[in-house]
Amino acid sequence: MNSDLITTSLHLAVPEIILAIAALVLLMIGVFSGERSGKTVGALAMVVFAVAVLWLIFFPAEGRGFGGVFIADGFARFMKVTALIGSFAALFMSMTHARESQLDKFEYPVLLTLSTLGILLMISAGDLISLYLGLELQSLAIYVIAAINRDHLKSTEAGLKYFVLGALSSGMLLYGMSLVYGFTGHTQFIDIAKALTMDGTRSLGLVFGLVFILAGIAFKISAVPFHMWTPDVYEGAPTPVTAFLASAPKIAAMAMMVRIVISAFQPILPDWQQVIIFISICSMLLGSFAAIGQRNIKRLMAYSSIGHMGYALVGLAAGNQAGVSGVMLYMLIYMVMTLGSFAIIMSMRRKDGTVVEDVSDLAGLSSTNPFMATVLTILMFSLAGIPPMAGFFAKYFVFVAAIQAKLYGLAIIGVLASVVGAYYYLRVIKLMWFDDAVAEFAGPSFTHKVVFSISGVFILAYVIFGGPIGGAAELAAATLF
Amino acid sequence: MTDWPILSTVTFLPLVGVVLLLLMNGEGANGRRNVLNISLATTIVTFVVSLFIWIGFDSANPGFQMIEKHGWLGTGMGYHVGVDGISMLFVILSTFLMPFCVLASWFSIEKRLKEYMIAFLVLEVMMVGVFVSLDIVLFYVFFEAGLIPMFLIIGVWGGQNRVYASYKFFLYTLLGSVLMLLAIMAMYWQAGTTDISALLAYKFPPAMQTWLWLAFFASFAVKMPMWPVHTWLPDAHVQAPTAGSVILAGVLLKLGGYGLIRFSLSMFPVASEHFAPLVFAMSVIAIIYTSLVAMMQDDIKKLIAYSSVAHMGFVTMGIFAANAQGIQGAIFQMLSHGIVSGALFLCVGVVYDRTHTREIAAYGGLVNNMPKYAVAMMVFTMANVGLPGTSGFIGEFLTLIGVFRANSWVALFAATGVILSACYALWLYRRVIFGALEKEKLKKLLDLSPREQVVLYPLIALTIFFGVYPAPVFDVTAASVDQLIHSYSAAVDAARNVALSMK
Repeated sequence: MNSDLITTSLHLAVPEIILAIAALVLLMIGVFSGERSGKTVGALAMVVFAVAVLWLIFFPAEGRGFGGVFIADGFARFMKVTALIGSFAALFMSMTHARESQLDKFEYPVLLTLSTLGILLMISAGDLISLYLGLELQSLAIYVIAAINRDHLKSTEAGLKYFVLGALSSGMLLYGMSLVYGFTGHTQFIDIAKALTMDGTRSLGLVFGLVFILAGIAFKISAVPFHMWTPDVYEGAPTPVTAFLASAPKIAAMAMMVRIVISAFQPILPDWQQVIIFISICSMLLGSFAAIGQRNIKRLMAYSSIGHMGYALVGLAAGNQAGVSGVMLYMLIYMVMTLGSFAIIMSMRRKDGTVVEDVSDLAGLSSTNPFMATVLTILMFSLAGIPPMAGFFAKYFVFVAAIQAKLYGLAIIGVLASVVGAYYYLRVIKLMWFDDAVAEFAGPSFTHKVVFSISGVFILAYVIFGGPIGGAAELAAATLF
Repeated sequence: MTDWPILSTVTFLPLVGVVLLLLMNGEGANGRRNVLNISLATTIVTFVVSLFIWIGFDSANPGFQMIEKHGWLGTGMGYHVGVDGISMLFVILSTFLMPFCVLASWFSIEKRLKEYMIAFLVLEVMMVGVFVSLDIVLFYVFFEAGLIPMFLIIGVWGGQNRVYASYKFFLYTLLGSVLMLLAIMAMYWQAGTTDISALLAYKFPPAMQTWLWLAFFASFAVKMPMWPVHTWLPDAHVQAPTAGSVILAGVLLKLGGYGLIRFSLSMFPVASEHFAPLVFAMSVIAIIYTSLVAMMQDDIKKLIAYSSVAHMGFVTMGIFAANAQGIQGAIFQMLSHGIVSGALFLCVGVVYDRTHTREIAAYGGLVNNMPKYAVAMMVFTMANVGLPGTSGFIGEFLTLIGVFRANSWVALFAATGVILSACYALWLYRRVIFGALEKEKLKKLLDLSPREQVVLYPLIALTIFFGVYPAPVFDVTAASVDQLIHSYSAAVDAARNVALSMK
């Protein structure tokens, strides 16, 4: 590989390079200034995320770099900005009450930065190998973060569970990739697509590979039937880590799924479409029905996220441009809703400092803390997909794509599942507004208040100001076709 | 005046009140008074401004007027509002009933008055928005968003069993609506637009019309509500606070009827013609069955709720008779029912505030110490029965004529509903108002307070005015309804010709 190839590609990967260098520098700072540097390193990491976001917005670079394994396009840019905002917010929220779940160590922001770097690489991957490298960088950092609260039984359990199942899914992904390579002779997405079009027919081995790849990715986005880890990990991991887990990595995994099926396997659309439809339906149904019985709000959010991945996949199942832009918009809005909800979950602590996680602890919140209750109400209605909240438009755009692709059965099951899902979101609202207060919460800390306020305003105001965001998603989706 | 966006102003004016309420402190006697005054002022100003829509309305023009059009959220959808003869009066009805709701809640809402008023003002925005929307996605947004404030109103300020009632209300209506949402999407891809005026001109293929019609019907039948999906209504009515019931019966039920006229009948004429017998059957069952059920009720609100279902049966029947009398009658019946049933719930609220019970058996002989109340209640009961000279008569009579032209058997059965409605309404009136004043608790009751007189007397006047002189309503609706029927019969004839030539 000659040096020209590298130097001419560098400008495409500036945000990744910023993050990579920053991670190393932050590690140095942490090591040399010792145990107490957690706050400084965290703040610096947030600055780095902000710089990367601004760079992506103001200095967009498009093209294929490093011999085609790295793609910078509108799609990648949209998803990267979304994911970086997610990482930023998750890190920002872990700044308060960091000590009690051992998030005040400097390793935490460093690992988060590395994981985010992996996320960016996944989004931009144009090749099976670079995709896998990005994915593993992202996952390895998260395995450690999930178990970072070493003295807490559930946290270590969560980390271990996530690691074992994650390794299994990586194995499946790799196996699938090797089959695809074996049957097409290529690892780059465009070459795979070309080989598939040239062949005209597709071999059974290739389909096997495809299914294994999809299974591996389905694990990462916690789609049914690869969702089992989600409730336990969500519940066990420290809440700020859960907020991170539920946002940026999901964006990346979904972006990866979209890119791989659209740019590599578009010629065999019916083959992957049926798989996506299946996991989409299962996720929507399980997410709706299983959440009804949940008492712990983090587990509730876990099932809710399973369901939401199902809805996002409805757009992907459509396999058209409207579908992809729907998925992008869905992931953005889903992330904002999730971060806002977790900011409120983190604010669920009694005046004596005990942290509570039961849904029933929210009872009477509207009289003890009306503002927080109002924001959570907005978020819950949005998660349920009731207009005029942003969550409705997220669902609208994926379903409109499914209707365009004539997937009527999928759409009907989807909207009916959303009615079932509305039931448990309503339960949260009912507890807050209809029931009497049990005990007051302490006032939310500054960082959490900022995050849930912004999230609430975004969700509510999307109906008025959402046009440019939808337009950006549409433009970005067009780059994949 | 012509360039002023009057419809957007009326739609979003209540939000000004919401902002004011959010900024103020609603605690204590002073705060309470301020909240009430601001809410009352907002609703009255909104009503007065909305009258300019009526003044500026050109009755001779059958198309949409006062149109505003802006881009909204990119793809496909637009912020497009306007009114025609069918929708205009519903806007006025919504803004008209709101001040009464505020007045009815003056003392009866004891906790969280500020949030209560905010919920009502937001609800007003959504209701007016539904009637003025000329974009089908915008329509859906308003249509669904109205569930949120109503859910909270029933759930927070409702009676004993409020949680069950609010869930049932929300989930039932949502289930119906989501299918309509899919139909809306299918229409978008078929016609390439979400603009209602363009969709009205677009001719959907007959096979597709069937499915679209069914999806829309699922939503509107629940909202109306029609038998057999009416069961949420009695629960919601009984548990809702007085003003909630007024809005529910007065306006929210009309969303279903409005939707049936605007979408089902106008956009899917072939399917409407095809399904008309089904609707007739459901309407007749609704009229007879729910009237019988109403007779068996021992809760005043529940009785009125069932009578609402029966009256909505006349509306659906009139709409699908698809002739001038039927549709004009349906629109009139909806407006009249909006006033009359709203007023009846206000009447129930009057005694409920005094005794805190809705049991019919707990009352009797009120005429002795509440003569003014007895008169008011009598007028509304008679209007509910459909006595000539009250607005209730005009609507029922016209829908019966309309449906007689379409199918005389249906008219025969529906007419028995008029008799049955007299049975339950008069029986209710006798048990509550007449008889000896024996119960100790009732002897202390005072007659209507000045506030209650202000609430009820204008409604009495309107009920009798429209019963004697309904022309103002028909002047407005005639042109649009004629155009609707014209295009409807053209489409049905065309479809018949195609079917004939295929044979």
